[in-house]
Order: sequence, then C-alpha cells, then structure tokens
Amino acid sequence: MNNARVNRIKDVLFKYFGIVCTLSGLIILAIFILNILIDGVQRIDWSFMSSLPSRFPERAGILTAWTGTFWIFCLTAAIAIPIGVGAGVYLEEYSKKGWLANLLEINIANLAGVPSIIYGILGLEVFVRILGFGASLLAGSLTLALLILPIIIVATREAIRAVPKTIKEASFALGATKWQTISRQVLPASASSIITGIILALSRAVGETAPLIVVGALAYVPFVAKTPMDEFTVLPMQIFNWVSRPQHGFTINAAAAIIVLLCFVFLMIGIAVYIRNRAQKKNPW
Amino acid sequence: MLKESGEMKDRIKGGSYMLESKNVNVFYGDKKVLQDVTLQVPENTVTALIGPSGCGKSTYLRLFNRMNDYIENFRKEGDILIDGKDIYRKDAEIEELRKTVGMVFQKPNPFPKSIYENVAYGLRIQGINNKDVLDEAVEKSIKKAALWDEVKDDLKKNALALSGGQQQRLCIARTLAVEPSIILMDEPASALDPISTAKIESLIYELKQNYTIVVVTHNMHQAGRISDKTGFFYLGELVEFGDTKQIFTNPKNKKTENYISGRFG
Repeated sequence: MNNARVNRIKDVLFKYFGIVCTLSGLIILAIFILNILIDGVQRIDWSFMSSLPSRFPERAGILTAWTGTFWIFCLTAAIAIPIGVGAGVYLEEYSKKGWLANLLEINIANLAGVPSIIYGILGLEVFVRILGFGASLLAGSLTLALLILPIIIVATREAIRAVPKTIKEASFALGATKWQTISRQVLPASASSIITGIILALSRAVGETAPLIVVGALAYVPFVAKTPMDEFTVLPMQIFNWVSRPQHGFTINAAAAIIVLLCFVFLMIGIAVYIRNRAQKKNPW
Repeated sequence: MLKESGEMKDRIKGGSYMLESKNVNVFYGDKKVLQDVTLQVPENTVTALIGPSGCGKSTYLRLFNRMNDYIENFRKEGDILIDGKDIYRKDAEIEELRKTVGMVFQKPNPFPKSIYENVAYGLRIQGINNKDVLDEAVEKSIKKAALWDEVKDDLKKNALALSGGQQQRLCIARTLAVEPSIILMDEPASALDPISTAKIESLIYELKQNYTIVVVTHNMHQAGRISDKTGFFYLGELVEFGDTKQIFTNPKNKKTENYISGRFG
C-alpha cells in the first residue's frame, strides 16, 4: 500500500469516527427528550399550568413554580445585565492594561468555572443571613446574578474586542469623547453578541437548582409570589421534588414540568440565535 | 479691547503657519520613532509626507490630532503648534482640537449606519439634532466631497453598501461636516482603484482653497501631482522639506534623490 492510499483510508476512518461521536450525543439526547415527551406531554394542560402544588399528583400544578422561574428570570436579568455589561465595558475600554488587569481577567475566567453550589453557600451567608433578605426571590436572584456575572462580563469583553479599532478611531477623530464613542458606536456594533451572551447566561440561571436549594427555595409554596421579598420555588426545584416521590403520578408531573422548562430554555436560545443571525447580516465583520 | 489686540499679536507672532512642529522627538517605550522634526505648514496648502514604510510619517501626522495618545508607552518631546497654540498643553481640550483638525484614514472606515447618519455623526455628538440644520450640513458636506450625485436619492442606504472609493469620499464628507480648518489624510487612496484615486486627488486639489491639508502617501507620483510642499522622511528623521517642484526636480539631499528616483523604498 502506498502512502497516499493509507492517508485516504485514515481520512475516511476519521470521518466515520466523527459521525459516531456526533450521533452518540444526539441520539442520547433524542432518547431522553422522547422519553420525557411520551411520559409528560398528555399531562400538560391549562389546569396543570394554573394549579398550586398538591399532595395528589392529579391535582398538582406548576403555577408557583413557573411564576417563580419567571420572577427569578426577570430579577436576575435586572441585576446581572447592568453590572455585567458595565464591568465588561470598564475592563475592556477604561482599565489600564497591566498585571492587575491580567489578574482580574484570569480570576473572572476562573469564576465562570466555580461549581454553582459554592455560589449558593455564598448567597446563603451574604444575602440570606448578613443582609437579612431571608429565603426570598431577591436573595435567590442575587445569588444567580453572581453566578452568571462572569459569563456576561466575558461575553461583553469579547464582543467589544471584535469591534474594529478603525471605527473607534473614526469616532475619536470627529471629536467624540470616550463615552460618546462607546455608547454610539461600540455598544451598538457589539450589542448582538452581548445580547446573545446574556441570553445564554440567563438560560443557565433559569435551569440552576443547587444554589437555590442552599439559599432556601422551598419545595412546597402554596401561593404565587407577589413581591421580591416573598418565598418562592422554581421549576427545577419542583421537578427535583417530584422525581424524589414514590407515586408514579408525580413522575409524570415531573416529565411535564421538564417539558415546560425545556420549551422555555429552547425559546430563549432560539431568540439568541435569531438576534445573532440578523445582526451578522448587518455588520460584515 | 485688550484681549482682542492680544489675540492679534498672537496671530502675527505665529506668522501664517497653520501647523508647526519644533524639535519633536517621539518614543514608543524606549524606541525612538521620530527624531528632531521641525516643520512649518502654511495655510491653504497641500503638504505631502513621503518616505518608505516605517519611516515615521504616519506617526508624525497623527501628532497633529493627538491620535497617538491611545498608543501605550507613547511619549513626545518638543512642541506641536496649531495656529500658534501648543495642542499638548495641560488645559488643551482634545475633542475641540479634533473639531479643528479632521482626519481621513487609510482604509475607508464608515460607521455601520446610513450615509446620512455617517455625515451627521460629528454634529450629533456636539448636541446638534435639529433636522433642518443636519439636512443642510449633510447635503453641503457630501457635495463638497463630490459624492452628492451618486448618493442623493439614497441617503438612508447603509454606508457599507457603497464602493470603496465612495466610502472614502463619504469619510471625507463626514470630516468636512464638522467644519475643520485642517485635514490630515493618512494614505487616503492606497486602498482604492486608479479611478477612485483620481477622484480623491482632484478632490484634495479642490479642498485646498479652504483647508490646510497634510497627506501621507506612499505614491510619489501622487505627491508630485497634488502637493505644494513635500517632506521626505527616512528612519524617523525629516531628511528634506521644501517646495514639491524643488524636491522632485532638484533634491538637495542624496537620500531624497535616491528615494525619488526609485533606487530604494
């Protein structure tokens, strides 16, 4: 066998290896989703969405859970977006480059990899106990905001870095101040990437359970939260609670709740992809 | 009254020189990139700065609107004067300076916005949002940049959809809208085809009547065609500066002669 033939065989082999790798991930995910759908889809109806939790699986619903998730989503966004984008802009555009900036950069990247339960413990100590927010929506949102801040900061920095230097120069050369250049050129040009990063970070926050368990989200909340200081539960908590019960009816409920949560996350990722595609057509770089 | 006469004196003292540099050295960290450059540019003229790549001519040009300030480790010695005033003095307002000293870059760099908004940008950041004022300024500037006939029906179109040559004229229009008295151009035609280049060159010739223009160029023929004065830079030094005609026909320095006759660079 000559060399060219060997190389061609290697090429084909690697192609099939790649196909197997890709498919194994997809198939496992497909089986999981199919399984959930078969179990849960007939359980989803209006009464399931609008009922409070109950001891009886047929009567139990996810009203408190999905409203809690919605609250958490909005509060976390309101806290994490301004702080994360602000910090990202500062680090990229204002801070002096040097050993301190490098140290910060490494630490922020590391923070993105810290297990979420650690954030939960931090949230319990700082927000629940020291600041006295109790096991409230506010404490939960602050904890989740901390968790996703590194992701938003990194996404913001990368998006800003992708804006061509020539655009900034053009703005400065016309007499614009730094803030005018950032607010009128840099942020609009990088907005789509920043928004994509924010949505992906928020969809992670919505799926988190561990830090909220530590902060004190409840499994059984018989009322819909009205203010940020109310106690709460979220969809992942409800799912976690239901799957740990012995009755088969609750397993079905859990499957149905998983479908609702998945739909929410897929919807958000879909929006992120749509925003990115639309913006790529507008900005050629 | 006193103040006015004082200003009069300043003008006379500064002579008619629009731009001036006195014994300027520039460093990037420890590296010296400009060495003892002294040069005077009179009002309403075109001055070409020529020389091989890396000779410091772009760095020199960017001293006049303080674009080098963004480079880390940038340091300058000596004085840069515009209209007799030191633009690096402590209380100098950098944004005001750049309204007086416009700049056109090597690669056309329009904002990813409409043609109209590109030209209006310099006024909008000054807080001018009156539609009539903006409309008038946009039309006037685009006309001056010899682009009006090509874009007048389509001012809402994204500027990035224009051709390279049109984009560069739009960048010139954008600069003119701020009403500077000086325009710095950093190889404004080097990324363009010959026809677009010719348009830019004749535009520079037109603009000379109302503006003082300094052009950095790689293209010696271009320098010969458009400029009144030419400065030849080599390894960070201003080797020779004089009337373009004299530089091209009768250079005093051997290095200038070698460069102009194409023996290096």
